[in-house]
Amino acid sequence: MAARTTLNARRANRRHAADASLLLVAAAFVLPLAWVILSALDPQAGLKVKLPDGVTFDNFDAVLKPDVTYTPMLNSLILCGFATLLTVVCAALAAYPLSRFRSRLNRPFLLTIIFATSLPITAIMVPVYALFVQVNLIDTMQGTIFFFTASQLPFAIWLMKNFMDGVPKELEEAAWTDGASSFQSLLRVVLPLMGPGIAVVTVFSFVAMWGNFFVPFMLLLSPEQMPASVSINDFFGNRGTVVYGQLAAFSIIYSTPVILLYVLVARKLGGGFALGGAVKG
Amino acid sequence: MVVKESGNTRAPRLRTLTRALPVTPALVILVLFLAGPIAYCAYIAFTDLQLTGQAESSFTGFDNFRTAFEDDAFLNAVWLTLVFTFLSSIVGQNTLGLALAALMQRASKPVRTLTGGIVVTAWVLPEVVAGFLLYAFFRREGTLNAILDWLHLPSQNWLFTLPILAVSFANVWRGTAFSMLVYSAALNEIPKEITEAAEVDGAGGWRRMWHITLPMIRRSIGTNLMLNTLQTLSVFGLIWVMTRGGPGNRSQTLPLFMYEQAFQKSMIGYGTAVALLLLVVGSLFSLVYMRLLRTEV
Repeated sequence: MAARTTLNARRANRRHAADASLLLVAAAFVLPLAWVILSALDPQAGLKVKLPDGVTFDNFDAVLKPDVTYTPMLNSLILCGFATLLTVVCAALAAYPLSRFRSRLNRPFLLTIIFATSLPITAIMVPVYALFVQVNLIDTMQGTIFFFTASQLPFAIWLMKNFMDGVPKELEEAAWTDGASSFQSLLRVVLPLMGPGIAVVTVFSFVAMWGNFFVPFMLLLSPEQMPASVSINDFFGNRGTVVYGQLAAFSIIYSTPVILLYVLVARKLGGGFALGGAVKG
Repeated sequence: MVVKESGNTRAPRLRTLTRALPVTPALVILVLFLAGPIAYCAYIAFTDLQLTGQAESSFTGFDNFRTAFEDDAFLNAVWLTLVFTFLSSIVGQNTLGLALAALMQRASKPVRTLTGGIVVTAWVLPEVVAGFLLYAFFRREGTLNAILDWLHLPSQNWLFTLPILAVSFANVWRGTAFSMLVYSAALNEIPKEITEAAEVDGAGGWRRMWHITLPMIRRSIGTNLMLNTLQTLSVFGLIWVMTRGGPGNRSQTLPLFMYEQAFQKSMIGYGTAVALLLLVVGSLFSLVYMRLLRTEV
């Protein structure tokens, strides 16, 4: 009995110690986040975290204009929306035979996919730029969309295949007996059963592209085509002195969609959703 | 008989083809936009292609690589990449992520949710936004110095005096959530009985960690280190926003060096040679990662 009590007391102590350490780390992590929120509401925002002298929405008013916010956000939406759609459709189609049929080609294909998943895409941006200049895809939305899709596809196929493996084959065989083709059974039976999996692939691809800076920075040139990830730079360069309050307000507007998407999916599927089958150890 | 036999061999082949058909769209995109550029990369790395006068590039063999290894700026970039990767990914993200995951196993639920939420938010934020937040944090008139002043500790211009340390910290801030999620998942899979038995036998926290927990999650450690390292090798936006690789070239890692050579100095061939080296290093890591995952496929 005594041993049990000390064990419990020790556990309670450990819990307090763990709580204290975590709160310390949380405090360190929250400071930059606090800056962006407080500065966005501060009429005289500077670079350090401080309580605003008075709460104002002027910073938001100032940036909520077509050329500053709406156009870049719309560009981001077009780029990431189409690229995500293309990624999800291609990945679902490609994952189907990999998950359902045995073939000698499956293993080499999947190994190549995993290999490509981990390649540093940053490294190939210079040759991609040179290539896009040669084939006249530079400064085009469609070129950027295709490259975004290609960079995201390996991981999307791999995730999609793992989710598809989780759908029992019997249900599909029943559909085949009823005369459905493979394509019909994919569309009517398999995909509806892997809704969460598709949501994960969609959100993950979208979030990755929405935040990507280097790809559009390299492949797009004209200012009116720039997505928010690149146009945010203008707060520093072209506008002379930096208005930190407006920069903070824009950062919040630009980050909100991905945070909302993440929260939405994470609540349904648990925090580690994005890791899926990719890092099972 | 003959007809039937040939039909038998043709039918499965046709079936294989129809079954492989859905892979085509993905395959076309991957070949044109990923394999193509990589092959092109391997080609122009051996030429003297410049931004101006595209047509007159000629094959120069290993010249670009020879130049690179004699170029102090390149060697500096290699060194800074090693420092950046070691500090931020191997030490920072990995260790802090594991520590957070281990602490979360013991902490109370509200603290766990709060900390997890904050750390994950830093991870979900777009790269450039993260860059700005950390830029504001480390600037001379930023939050860090305000805190140091308050504690009566010497403040300094971090982005000028220790730029590589500042960007490494930024990468830890941004990337730790990934390790934390990986390790939380791994720790949750360890059966409670094992750690409890060790606890009853009197093994202290550190000994349990060292002799039981770490060996049990070693595959997660391997995969996590691999992915962290690959991720960190290709960081561009974060450093670009915070320091542009400067001051001078004191935070210029390989991706920034590659960009500078290819675009600010218009030497696409040379920049691509650097890219190819980066790609080769990435591929080696990638192969190790595949071996770690090999039972899965």
